[in-house]
Amino acid sequence: MARDPIPAGGRPAVAPGKIRRDLQLVADMVAPRTRVLDVGCGDGALLDYLDREKQVDGRGIEIDNTRVADAVAQGLSVIQGDAETDLPDFPDGAFDYVILSQTLQAMREPKTILEDLLRIGRRAIVSFPNFGHWAVRLQVMFRGRMPQTRALDDPWYATPNIHLCTIADFEALCDEMGIEVERRVALTRTGRPGLNRQSALANLLSEQAVYLLRRGTRGSGSDIGA
Amino acid sequence: MPGAREVLGADIPLRLDCGVELGPFTVAYRTYGTLNEDRSNAILICHALTGDQFVAESHPITGKPGWWEEMVGPGKPLDPTRYFLICANVLGGCMGTSGPKEINPATGQRWGLEFPMITIRDMVRAQKLLIDRLGIDQLFCVIGGSMGGMQVLEWASCYPEKVYAAVPLASGAYHSAQNIAFHEVGRQAIIADPNWTQGAYYDAGVRPSRGLAVARMAAHITYLSETALHRKFGRRLQDREAITYGFEADFQVESYLRHQGITFVERFDANSYLYITRAMDYFDLAAEHGDVLANAFRDTPVRFLVVSFTSDWLFPTSESREIVRALNAVAANVSFVEIETDKGHDAFLLDEPELRATLEGFLTGAAEHRGHRTR
Repeated sequence: MARDPIPAGGRPAVAPGKIRRDLQLVADMVAPRTRVLDVGCGDGALLDYLDREKQVDGRGIEIDNTRVADAVAQGLSVIQGDAETDLPDFPDGAFDYVILSQTLQAMREPKTILEDLLRIGRRAIVSFPNFGHWAVRLQVMFRGRMPQTRALDDPWYATPNIHLCTIADFEALCDEMGIEVERRVALTRTGRPGLNRQSALANLLSEQAVYLLRRGTRGSGSDIGA
Repeated sequence: MPGAREVLGADIPLRLDCGVELGPFTVAYRTYGTLNEDRSNAILICHALTGDQFVAESHPITGKPGWWEEMVGPGKPLDPTRYFLICANVLGGCMGTSGPKEINPATGQRWGLEFPMITIRDMVRAQKLLIDRLGIDQLFCVIGGSMGGMQVLEWASCYPEKVYAAVPLASGAYHSAQNIAFHEVGRQAIIADPNWTQGAYYDAGVRPSRGLAVARMAAHITYLSETALHRKFGRRLQDREAITYGFEADFQVESYLRHQGITFVERFDANSYLYITRAMDYFDLAAEHGDVLANAFRDTPVRFLVVSFTSDWLFPTSESREIVRALNAVAANVSFVEIETDKGHDAFLLDEPELRATLEGFLTGAAEHRGHRTR
């Protein structure tokens, strides 16, 4: 009688909704059974979710060694690396989605990163804290201090965020780069996803934003077809 | 000697990179665990320069534990109750596989320097014939450290459809100038030993043991880190209160190295050391693929786990990262972990909990994904 010497893995199933709210919004934008690269994947929570719930072929890049080891020990395909040095290695159109969650604002060259995301992926999913949020504006205006909010909780001298932007800034850059916004979801402070049209009000009320992007027809990125 | 042997290349000889056709030749190997019914649980373990097939059992010559008992055994990542583990002595080796100390079937004499030059790819070709003979269509995993990692990379490059997952540890896609230099020191030590006699020492009743011991001593330093040497020995003296103003082994580190040299010559053949170090020196996977390493892996279906160690200066992280970059360039499925340790190159052989956890998770994940695909 043949044994089954390779048992199905020991990872506990992650119930839907068990990942962070903003990661859930990202996950909702990913079509099942696609190829996904998660840039700055941390310990792989999103990749693990996508693997289980959407059967994606997922990869991750993470700068922190300990988190990489945790992710690989969970059976995920993650490399230790730095997005800004490693993304140029990847070939054009290698993935259906390249995800950059809550990291764009910490990049030295956000524009180059955006170009790379949409060169490597047919689509990119980008999320970031909105610097146009009212809580941010109030702190600067009335306290005259750099803001410390729930979404941006480090003091100015310790924050990794060197390129913060507002929703309006981000959309202006996309426009300039010929990037097409396919979907946008903003998260208000109470966690309600709403305001999926770009407006001054959305820029004021949204604490975070998640974008599904694709290369526009007038984009400068290489066109590899869909 | 315990273990199995297969005579291969009898009908069609193995064409080596140097142009010589070798056959019939013998491959000596050990297995642990049971091959399952659909022959899907085989893992090939590739040994390093001075390793052999006795991975997880006491060595038939030295009586010491197997060289990878940290990683191989029930409840360990390479678990014989789950996997069918195979390890073969490399071509050119001295533990039963055809090599310079074995008999040349054409002459009835020991090969000596008549043994053809072999490469890492030749070692892998011989292993492939063994795997075919064992009736295994696809290896679930090929794994190895150092020179074993070179074989892993060559396996993934030559036979991508025969390998589901590949794990090169503490390795590189070529042998660096510094590594060639250290090997050359070792080889010259052997060649300078008057007992070496152009490699024809087998029937003379003497062996170039002093040269081989010196080669081992020099190489052994490269397997450790400065930090580890300092922690282990410092400037402590060996069984004495004061320095002796002579050339005795005053320092513990000297005594340790001498011991490494002396015990090594009991189990290793000097000519094998020449041949195998040369095979490592010749290894340059990119050169086999138009000087573009990524070409070695184009369209690869193999899942890779690359691991390096922070204090390894023989195969530093930068060399593992070059492999990872090449794999990224073809959008291969790759994981890469650099493990923090002060144990140097030898870390892959030692008790490293993070390596264990990483390997365990990678293999389990790979098994799951292969399940998804075939179910």
